[in-house]
Amino acid sequence: MRHTWLTAKADISESLRSRWFMIYSIVFGGIIALLFAFGLTESRIMGFVGLSRLLITYIQLSMAILPIFILITTIRSVAGDRDAGIFEYLLSLPVSLSSWFWGKMFGRFAVVFMPVFLAMAGAIVWGVIQGMEIPWSLFLYYTAFLFSLSWCFLGIGMLISTLARSPDVAQGSAFLVWLFLLLFLDLILLGILIQQQVSSETIVTIALSNPLQVFRTASMLLFDPQLVLLGPSAYLILDHFGEFWYLIWAMVYPLALGTVTATTGYLLFRRGDQL
Amino acid sequence: MITLQKVSKTFKRTAVLKKLDLQIQTGDRVALIGSNGAGKTTLIRCLLGEYSFDGEITVNRLDPRKDRREVLSSIGFVPQLPPPLKMPVQQLLNFAASVCDCGIEEMEHVTDQLGLDLSAIRRQPFVKLSGGQKQKLLIAIALGRPTNLLIMDEPAANLDPKARHILFSMLEKRQKKNAMLISSHRLDEVASLVNRVIELDRGEVILDDRVDDSIELSSLLNCTISTTRVEPAFSTAISSWGFGNQGGETEWSGAIPGPDRLRFLGMLSRYAALLSSVHIEENREQTAGSGLHV
Repeated sequence: MRHTWLTAKADISESLRSRWFMIYSIVFGGIIALLFAFGLTESRIMGFVGLSRLLITYIQLSMAILPIFILITTIRSVAGDRDAGIFEYLLSLPVSLSSWFWGKMFGRFAVVFMPVFLAMAGAIVWGVIQGMEIPWSLFLYYTAFLFSLSWCFLGIGMLISTLARSPDVAQGSAFLVWLFLLLFLDLILLGILIQQQVSSETIVTIALSNPLQVFRTASMLLFDPQLVLLGPSAYLILDHFGEFWYLIWAMVYPLALGTVTATTGYLLFRRGDQL
Repeated sequence: MITLQKVSKTFKRTAVLKKLDLQIQTGDRVALIGSNGAGKTTLIRCLLGEYSFDGEITVNRLDPRKDRREVLSSIGFVPQLPPPLKMPVQQLLNFAASVCDCGIEEMEHVTDQLGLDLSAIRRQPFVKLSGGQKQKLLIAIALGRPTNLLIMDEPAANLDPKARHILFSMLEKRQKKNAMLISSHRLDEVASLVNRVIELDRGEVILDDRVDDSIELSSLLNCTISTTRVEPAFSTAISSWGFGNQGGETEWSGAIPGPDRLRFLGMLSRYAALLSSVHIEENREQTAGSGLHV
């Protein structure tokens, strides 16, 4: 456990000095700053105003950029470290492979989740200072969703990094995975499948197994319980699930998927060549 | 200490190691030589448990893949190319000492001996150090912890003559308790450090020979050189060995580490037409030996 912690700490330290982390933090901090600057706390949508409005916009933007950001940065840095000889040296020190892999996973998780969370928390702190009404339940739900989504795509990123032998192949694969998941959002292929009268069970299964769709539906469900903004697949999902259980699913499923993909990555990492 | 039995490694149908059989005992100082693609790096990575392989490798009777931590606890490794780590020097030392379950003091002591001022670079990112500083630090991490096998890939390549001499002296102190595997493209780079040469070619051992190791690793040679005229290229080359001139740039003197004599003579041979006299004599305060006069 001590070695896992040491590896996580070393990975955090490496990441904090990387350019990608600087850009990553600027993007998410910048989004919040821009949303404030453009007066989104003042505007109104479907009755939502103030910080609720800002958080809703933030979470939608996060869904668009967080997964691809996590995938690309994880893959670039993990595959890049392997390519540059960092793995060769650090793996020559007496650290077990499980401590190394999971330490890297936990360290990387802290690094990708904290900027997203801190940007949101910063908005809340600012809201408190300004005396705004704080939407605590929305904040907590969104924190849980972002936590879950970050873990999920980090796990997928670690799996791809293990499978791909070069940074370029890894990056291309990550982009394809993201594109594939993006296509199966309700606004794109799922809508077409519904038009083609594919069985509702198939569509529900696809929607429920796509972490992006799960996140998107759950985050909208919190401010739009009738799902007016969503396409037809969301209605199907709600008919089968119900609001409460869907929110639970949206927190648990991406966590489980991230854990399964990361574990698969670890098993492959342990079995094959580490370099 | 190290046993390889029918060890093979294949990358996408290309056999890089072909049924290697080797035994390396404590006290062996092995030069692992061969051209690019000979299999040196692959063999080292198999020993470090970083590559899967067919056949059997044991280090201290343990399998480097299955008993990874125990095996790596006994191996000090210095790579040829320093990793581009962004963490500060102090953090790297702390990390290495923590995972190796040893104190940091000995590592600091070795950096000090190698002439690296740790206090000036503690907060600097490792990647920002010069090639020589990185090499010294990696050597310090490898030698500053209790190990009985040293695996080094061209360890002295980036070191100045003084640091090379100190490194050779440190290796000499450990030679009876340790085995050493020193990888290099060229035998003359490491010849004086070793007592055994293993040459690989396309994944096979084509030479496994004992060599004379009468040169003491810590010995020093005093040397004076005269040239017929001033030649800037020679001045630069000889200055890089720590030599100083006495009146003009035609009279030079300095000391070279004993194991470096072949490299030094190799450098001098490039300026043979320029030399009017060369006198090399072993420093008798350290070792008894004979002189060489040209």
